[in-house]
Amino acid sequence: MSSSAEILSQAFTLGYTYTRSTGPIVGQFLTSLRARKMVGIKASDGKVLMPPVEFDPISAAALTEFVDVADAGVVKTWCWVKEPRKAHPSDKPFAWAMIQLDGADTPMLHWVDAGDEAAMSTGMRVKVRWAEETKGLMSDVNGFVPEAVALLGELKPATSDEQITGMEAPIYLTYNFTAGKATARYLQSMKKGKLVGQRCPNCRNVYIPPRGSCAACGVPTEEEVTLGNKATVESFTIVYIPIPGNPIKPPYVIANLVLDGANLSFLHLLSECKNEEVRIGMRVEALWKPEAEWGYAMENIQYFKPIDEPDVPVDQIGKLIDEGR
Amino acid sequence: MRDVAIVAFAQSNCQRDAGAQNEVELIMPVLTEVFKQTGIKSAQDVDFTCSGSCDYQQGAAFAFVAGVDALGAVPPIKESHVEMDAAWALYEAWLKIQMGTAESALLYGFGKSSPGELPIVLSQQLDPYYLAPLWVDTIAFAAMQARTMLDSGEITEADMAEVVARSRNNALKNPHAQLKGDQTVADLLKEATYVSPLRRHDCCPISDGACAMIICTIEKAEEWGKPYAIIKGIDHRIETHHIGSRDLSRSVSTEIAGKAAGVADGPVDVAELYAPFSHQEIILKKALGLGDDTVINPSGGVLAGNVMMASGLSRIGEVAMRIIRGEAKRGVAHATSGPCLQQNLITVLEAK
Repeated sequence: MSSSAEILSQAFTLGYTYTRSTGPIVGQFLTSLRARKMVGIKASDGKVLMPPVEFDPISAAALTEFVDVADAGVVKTWCWVKEPRKAHPSDKPFAWAMIQLDGADTPMLHWVDAGDEAAMSTGMRVKVRWAEETKGLMSDVNGFVPEAVALLGELKPATSDEQITGMEAPIYLTYNFTAGKATARYLQSMKKGKLVGQRCPNCRNVYIPPRGSCAACGVPTEEEVTLGNKATVESFTIVYIPIPGNPIKPPYVIANLVLDGANLSFLHLLSECKNEEVRIGMRVEALWKPEAEWGYAMENIQYFKPIDEPDVPVDQIGKLIDEGR
Repeated sequence: MRDVAIVAFAQSNCQRDAGAQNEVELIMPVLTEVFKQTGIKSAQDVDFTCSGSCDYQQGAAFAFVAGVDALGAVPPIKESHVEMDAAWALYEAWLKIQMGTAESALLYGFGKSSPGELPIVLSQQLDPYYLAPLWVDTIAFAAMQARTMLDSGEITEADMAEVVARSRNNALKNPHAQLKGDQTVADLLKEATYVSPLRRHDCCPISDGACAMIICTIEKAEEWGKPYAIIKGIDHRIETHHIGSRDLSRSVSTEIAGKAAGVADGPVDVAELYAPFSHQEIILKKALGLGDDTVINPSGGVLAGNVMMASGLSRIGEVAMRIIRGEAKRGVAHATSGPCLQQNLITVLEAK
């Protein structure tokens, strides 16, 4: 039974490498930022919103009138980060602050390099510390500093004066993924060279890889069923397009395979065959990698290859009788 | 508006790390429990199913689809999903019942936040040009909101600690709570700040878990012959994403939603408020016009355990179950989403 699963986990990073279009309003703000100038936008009621938005937050009217604002202003509220997170813009303690720039009527968010929490206070004056190089991003402001701090760094002129219409906005998030109980049990069996699925107590269907439930009946699955290496092709496709990062050279065959004794298919590679001879109902068998290379992964099976057995009629695929049914 | 009955509710324990439990393994026990309470067998026995979850929390694409494996959706069922707290799944189902396209609905929410760095994950729900690239997190915004209120003298640090002390104390009676205990305001104030002015205990914990609920028409509830609580009003309002334009010491959207849902139409015996940070309970209490005769967060609230994407529906479930058990006649449940209470959903519940 599946009660004694050890916890299998894997660290990974998810990357969303988006490029965003800015539209004319955000684009103008970022273009100005690159030129080390701050601009806000006039709202319906005449107030200057900072940073600029496309539509008035109250009247929803489209806004168009940009207004120059200063690169210094007043801290309206703030908090102190003692232990910055990896993603944060500063690796030493810093303040997040809502800063109302002179000439603006709403505060904007940025960070303040004040050195010490005691140097921060609501109402204090701060000024922009421009980045040495500007790119048209929020990080062109390398934080704010208390107004009295002298800034001596060299500022390179902006590399371009073209209107900004898009920006790179990559996001990387790190996780430590943990497999569920059923998946963990399945992967532990794979490591031992065994294919172990689960049987639904209700409809008796056998699932591999198992998910801990019967998706059809909505009941937990616990009974484990060890399956053999033979399978039947339920469907297949021949891939001619190279996929970046995939070590397999096209053309190759990917097939939906139903293991003998199982009722639902999984995907795997088909090899040692002529691609044009692959067909639905064809009998195949798993070719395992050498035992020394086995891990907690489906890749322990290098691929499936044809065997000399009569084809299974289409209407019987996934319905092979085993002793449990 | 047509009255809608809540007939069943179940929630898992709030745990910091659910470890080797995938979404299906998290959801299935609460589904089994609400089916049992209602006296039905599966999702096939309701007209509509709606869930709330966010794949970014666990970093697994289409985890919300994988979650459907818990339902027994063969033959196919009518099913929907919101990338929000499941309280909004209830709202969608409530609308379906209002339109007459469903008589009953199953709702569930689940969240597995332990695999990622939740505050950083949530930073990416913010404005993608001005805020997300700075990786400003939810705790920072809440801390700046708290300071606004402290600076104006509207609240004190002791007021915030009082909320925490009461939450942890109430949680002693809640078997699902993650953080509980008997601490005095003085004890809490001795702790160092975390993201000042917030102390660690001013912030909700990170929890894994799930909850489920079954709602239906009054006729259907009578047919099932189960006790129920009635949804008398529900309303959802949102504030601008331009955070500098908001008055952070108030929750205007909660004020409007509370009025529209009819909070003030009768005495409020109990309220469950989704306040992930201690000072936000004070904002919400004021926005809803709740007096000292209303018992607030008897479960301990989300300061005692916060399953992102399920806690909002659990607030509604907590109030409903108190009404069903006869401990209250009329109650208010609140759900929130976004930085500094940006979105607020108010539900007013009454006894039969």
